[in-house]
Amino acid sequence: MNKIANKQVICNKLLEASQNDRDIVVLCSDSRGSASLTKFADERPEQFIEIGIAEQNLVSVSAGLASCKKKVFAVSPASFLSTRSMEQIKVDVAYSNTNVTLVGISGGISYGALGMTHHSANDIATIASIPNMRVYLPSDRFQTEKLIEAVLKDEKPSYIRVGRNAVEDVYEEGNVPFTLGKSVLVKDGSDVTLIACGEMVKPAKDAAELLAAEGISARVLDMYCVKPIDEEAVIKAAKETKGIITVEEHTLYGGLNSLVSQIAAAKCPIKIIGMGLPDTPVITGKSQEVFDTYGLNAAGIAENARSLMK
Amino acid sequence: MNLKIKATELRADILTLIHHARTGHTGGDMSVIDILTVLYYKHMNVRPENIKDPEHDRFVLSKGHSAEALYCVLADLKFFPKADLDTYSCYGSKYIGHPNNKVNGVEMNTGSLGHGLAVATGMALAGRMDKRDYRVYAVMGDGEMAEGSVWEAIMAAGHYKLDNLTAFVDRNRLQISGSTETVMSQDSQEKRWEAFGWNVLSIAGNDIDAIDAAVTLAKHTKGKPTVIIANTTKGCGISYMENKPVWHHRVPTEEEFAQGIKELEQRRAQYE
Repeated sequence: MNKIANKQVICNKLLEASQNDRDIVVLCSDSRGSASLTKFADERPEQFIEIGIAEQNLVSVSAGLASCKKKVFAVSPASFLSTRSMEQIKVDVAYSNTNVTLVGISGGISYGALGMTHHSANDIATIASIPNMRVYLPSDRFQTEKLIEAVLKDEKPSYIRVGRNAVEDVYEEGNVPFTLGKSVLVKDGSDVTLIACGEMVKPAKDAAELLAAEGISARVLDMYCVKPIDEEAVIKAAKETKGIITVEEHTLYGGLNSLVSQIAAAKCPIKIIGMGLPDTPVITGKSQEVFDTYGLNAAGIAENARSLMK
Repeated sequence: MNLKIKATELRADILTLIHHARTGHTGGDMSVIDILTVLYYKHMNVRPENIKDPEHDRFVLSKGHSAEALYCVLADLKFFPKADLDTYSCYGSKYIGHPNNKVNGVEMNTGSLGHGLAVATGMALAGRMDKRDYRVYAVMGDGEMAEGSVWEAIMAAGHYKLDNLTAFVDRNRLQISGSTETVMSQDSQEKRWEAFGWNVLSIAGNDIDAIDAAVTLAKHTKGKPTVIIANTTKGCGISYMENKPVWHHRVPTEEEFAQGIKELEQRRAQYE
C-alpha cells in the first residue's frame, strides 16, 4: 500500500517547482500541518503566507496576489474552502479571472468521524456551478503529480480536491496517461462503463476486475477533470456500452452523476446508476467504514453493474 | 492642477453619465469623488501607458457601486475614450454598474461588498515579496464595514504590517435603509481599526487638502497600514442630494439634472 497522500505529492511538487519559479506562492488557513505544507513553509518562507483561520480572506488575498502575476495555490480544508468562501471564489477568482489554484484538502468524508461540519460532500456542485472554474479530483499520487505539473502551466482558475490519507495506486509509476481536461481510460470494456473520480477510481478499477472474472467486460473511465467534463468520452461510453455507473465521494445532487446524466440524456440516452453519498448527514467513521456503508467499494459497484446487465 | 476644479468637473461628468444612462449610484459617487480625484490626479502612479508595468500603483474600488465615479476618472485620464461611456449599462456593454476588469484601468471586479480590502492586501503582499515600491489603495463604503470579511482583511494587513497599503472608508453615514448608526452602528470605527494595528487618520472627507495631507502622511507611515476615515457627505456638491438616502440610487429628472449642472458650474467658478 502506498504511504504517500496526494496532498503530500502536491507539497513536494510545489517545493520542487518553486526552486526555479519565485512567483509560486502558497497560502494556507492555519492548515499547514494538515495540508502537509510544513516543509514548504519551512523551506520557502518567502513564498508562503499564513492567513489564519479565515477562508474568505484566504481566497481574496490569493486573488490579489494573482493579479500581481503570482501563481497562487490556496490550500484549506475542502469543507470550508468550497462553501464558506464560495462568494470569494465566484467574484475574486472566477469572475476576475485570476490565476489561483484552490486546493481543498481532506475532501469528501476524509474527516469521517468529525461529522458533517468537516465533510465536503458538495464541493463539486458548489464550485462547478461557478462559471470559469475548473474542478479536478485526482485519483492517485501519480496523477496528482501530473495534474500539478499541468496546472502550473495553466493560468485558469481551478479547484483541486484531494483526500486526507494515502490511497492505493491506480496507475504505475512511469505509465500515467494524462492530458489536462481529458478523462483517462483506465480499462477498456464493452458491456458496462464505470465512470469515477477521486478516490472512487480505485474501487471502480477493482470492480472491473471482479466483473471480468464473471465474464462482464467493464470499461473504467477516470473522470479526474469533472469540469469541464470530457463529453466525448461520456457519449462514446453511452454508445458503446449497455449502461453507465457513476461513482463519486459526493452527493448525487450536482456532482459527477448529474453532469454525466445531462450529457447522456441530451446526446445518447442510456441507463445510468449513480453511486455517491446519501442526502442525509453521512454516518461517521473511518473512510472505508463510511464507503462500505453506502456500497462505495468494489463489491457494491460490481453489484450495480450486474443489475445493469440484466 | 487645481484639484478642486477637477473634482467639480468630474461631478458634472458623473451626473451627466447617470442622467444619460438613467441609472447609477449618484449619492455615493458624489461623496467619493474627492478621494478619487486626489488619488488619481495627485498621488497614484498609474496611467494608461504604465498600467501593464508591474511597478504601477494599484487601486481597488471595494464600494463597487460607485463605478460611475471611477469610470469618469478613467475616461478623463484616457484609459478609454470618453464616448465609450455612452454605452454605460447598455445591453452587452463592458461598462456595467460595477467595476469590471475588462475595462482598461480596472484591476479587479468588485460589486459584492467586503472583498476589496482583502484583494488589496494580496496586492500589497505581492509588492512586498517582489520588493517593489508601488502602493495599494482600497476605498470602502461605511455600510460595507458590517461585512465580516472586511475584518479578516483588516486583521491580516495589520498582522503583516503592510505599510504599502492605504484604505479609505467613505464615511458618509448613510446606506440604503437610512443612517448607518440605525442600521448597524459604526461610530467607534477609529478605535476598531486602531485595535487591529492600523494607523488611523480621521478627516473631512470632501476636503481636497485634507485628503491630500492624509495620503501624504500615509505614504510616510512605516510599520503599519493606514486607514483614512473620510467623513464625507453623501451627494456632496449638489444641494438637493446632500444627506438624502433616496439619492443612494436615484436618477435625476430633467429639472434636477439642469439644476445640478448649474450648481456645479457655480461651484467651479468659485474655484477659478
